[in-house]
Amino acid sequence: MQAGTKAGTKASVGDMTVEKAKWIYKKMQEIRQFENTVHGIFEKGEIPGFVHLYAGEEAVAVGVCAHLTDSDNITSTHRGHGHCIAKGCDIDGMMAEIFGRSTGLCKGKGGSMHIADVGKGMLGANGIVGAGLPLSIGAGLTAKVKKTDHVAVCFFGDGASNHGTFHESVNMAAIWKLPVIFVCENNGFGEASPFDYAAACDRVSDFAKAYKIAGETVDARNLQDVYEAAGKAVQRARKGEGPTILECLTYRDYGHFEGDTQTYKDKDVQEHALQENDPILRFQNYAKTNEWLSEEQMKAIDAEVKTEIEHAVKFAEESPFPEPSQLTTDVYVSY
Amino acid sequence: MAKQMTYSEAINDAIRLAMRKDENVILIGEDVAGGAEVDHLQNEGAWGGVFGVTKGIVEEFGRTRVLDTPIAEAGYMGAAVSAAATGLRPISELMFNDFIGSCLDEVMNQAAKFHYMFGGKAKVPLTIRTIDGAGFNAAAQHSQSLYALFTHIPGLKVVVPSSPYDIKGLLLTAIFDDDPVIVFEDKTLYGMKGEVGEGFYTIPFGKAEIKRAGKDLTIVGIGKQVYTALRAADQLAKKGFEAEVIDPRTLSPLDEDTIINSVKKTGRLIIVDEAYPRCSAATDIAAIVGDKAFDYLDAPIKRVTAPHSPVPFSPPLEKLYMPSPQKIIDAFSTMVGDNVFTTV
Repeated sequence: MQAGTKAGTKASVGDMTVEKAKWIYKKMQEIRQFENTVHGIFEKGEIPGFVHLYAGEEAVAVGVCAHLTDSDNITSTHRGHGHCIAKGCDIDGMMAEIFGRSTGLCKGKGGSMHIADVGKGMLGANGIVGAGLPLSIGAGLTAKVKKTDHVAVCFFGDGASNHGTFHESVNMAAIWKLPVIFVCENNGFGEASPFDYAAACDRVSDFAKAYKIAGETVDARNLQDVYEAAGKAVQRARKGEGPTILECLTYRDYGHFEGDTQTYKDKDVQEHALQENDPILRFQNYAKTNEWLSEEQMKAIDAEVKTEIEHAVKFAEESPFPEPSQLTTDVYVSY
Repeated sequence: MAKQMTYSEAINDAIRLAMRKDENVILIGEDVAGGAEVDHLQNEGAWGGVFGVTKGIVEEFGRTRVLDTPIAEAGYMGAAVSAAATGLRPISELMFNDFIGSCLDEVMNQAAKFHYMFGGKAKVPLTIRTIDGAGFNAAAQHSQSLYALFTHIPGLKVVVPSSPYDIKGLLLTAIFDDDPVIVFEDKTLYGMKGEVGEGFYTIPFGKAEIKRAGKDLTIVGIGKQVYTALRAADQLAKKGFEAEVIDPRTLSPLDEDTIINSVKKTGRLIIVDEAYPRCSAATDIAAIVGDKAFDYLDAPIKRVTAPHSPVPFSPPLEKLYMPSPQKIIDAFSTMVGDNVFTTV
């Protein structure tokens, strides 16, 4: 089953405030517009290297990060732009990084697959599938040893759930009761292989039972479901009650990477995901129904975000490439 | 008989020939076909590997012999090692050589050790195909050239083919070799066209190729850097210096004789390698020549390599990172002790 096939709504309000709803809507729009813009620029050949887009999965990053502060850490994946934006990374700096400019968050040295902003608790997009899992429990260990109430969130894909690092990390987080939330973004595909083929389990959250921790699967094309489940998981972690596996069923609107022909996708499922089951459209309906945001307010946010993204592209395009002297700086702290 | 083929097509051709010849040959890796169990694809592959190199192979041989694996490098590499030890002849694809971090034990401690550790009673006829190389703006975790890491380990054979002709012949040698072999495919070479022999042929390991004869300087170019060496040689020729350019083709075993004999003739050696310089193939070759042909050297051996730094993403930095003909010419200029080449 893919989230793209799921319908139905849930009108629970929970602890959502108007302010929070505004933040959530804006972040989701920022991610969507950022990704659509990068898609267009990549097609024109103006962005080098590999790019993996997050459009369609916004409700996961935003619904989880809505509960975090800059002191909480996240680990990310190769599909990391959405996590960066939701965690508060500077959009100009992100765009400049993707363009390889010296003003980028990593001075142009990392690119799309390695955007990081440690000051914001964003421990980096990652080019290695499964690499974020052990890194997240390290951040959890720091919080535990230092006796803070900070949490660590590991965003990882369904593909990584078949990787040894998933099982090693969840087990350790469980035996040490680490404040970690393992957020599996199950978008139905690991690269070009369907989840149902590559994984023997029905649900990634099923592993929670074996490791004796909390586990839940939610419809992650629906922001509210993610928001509520993540809220509970973060609270448990902050109180020292240990880790959670939160499996978020979603859909990857674009291909694995830009240029992917996506012949492995079912066209009907894709159509449904994009048109009727779009997480942003669904949140718009909620926001209106609950009178959090009016149509006009949302249009104003859309326009504001459009200006932000245009600014980011201009900023990136006008920024210089790194100086040749930058080639061998930052290899060590001291040497 | 020969025909024009790309580097990528030559690999595809070699794998098909091997799989037709021996039913024990299987292809295993992440999305080597792609789209497994997707109803509308029936048995068609979605990708044929991330660069489409193995496209069409699943259609010919089916999914029992062409296995898409979960993203689980330690698991499937280990499986390939013991499948090899128990009667198959697997071709295991590691999508990018950088991913060796996720399965080094299986290669370094298992595949490489079985034959020796078990007193010669086990063999591991495994071929690992992997993608290396900078120049694609693929950043620090998808651009490394890690062949030195494997050259360091006894029990492994290491192949760095630079042309469509070579990749086909060397890959076929690898597949039918009884030791574990790792073959490095430079991602920037996939589209390169060249003449490739039709049908089954092999190229022996440990035989370097002299790409260009010369008497004034020996340049060893590793992998695609042989082309950087050839471009530098063309420019040097315009100034009256004839460089001999050698492609070692395999790093383990290494054809020391061809390199040493060339240095005995030219008295000068430059090694061009886009990998990191410390404990590298370039450094290894320099040490071997220093050891065995010191008396023939007229100048210190020079290495033109990447700096001791990860591969940068930003295109201008990546360009600067790579060896270039000018860097080779600059090195030669210091070897001959004057600046006649500053105007080249």
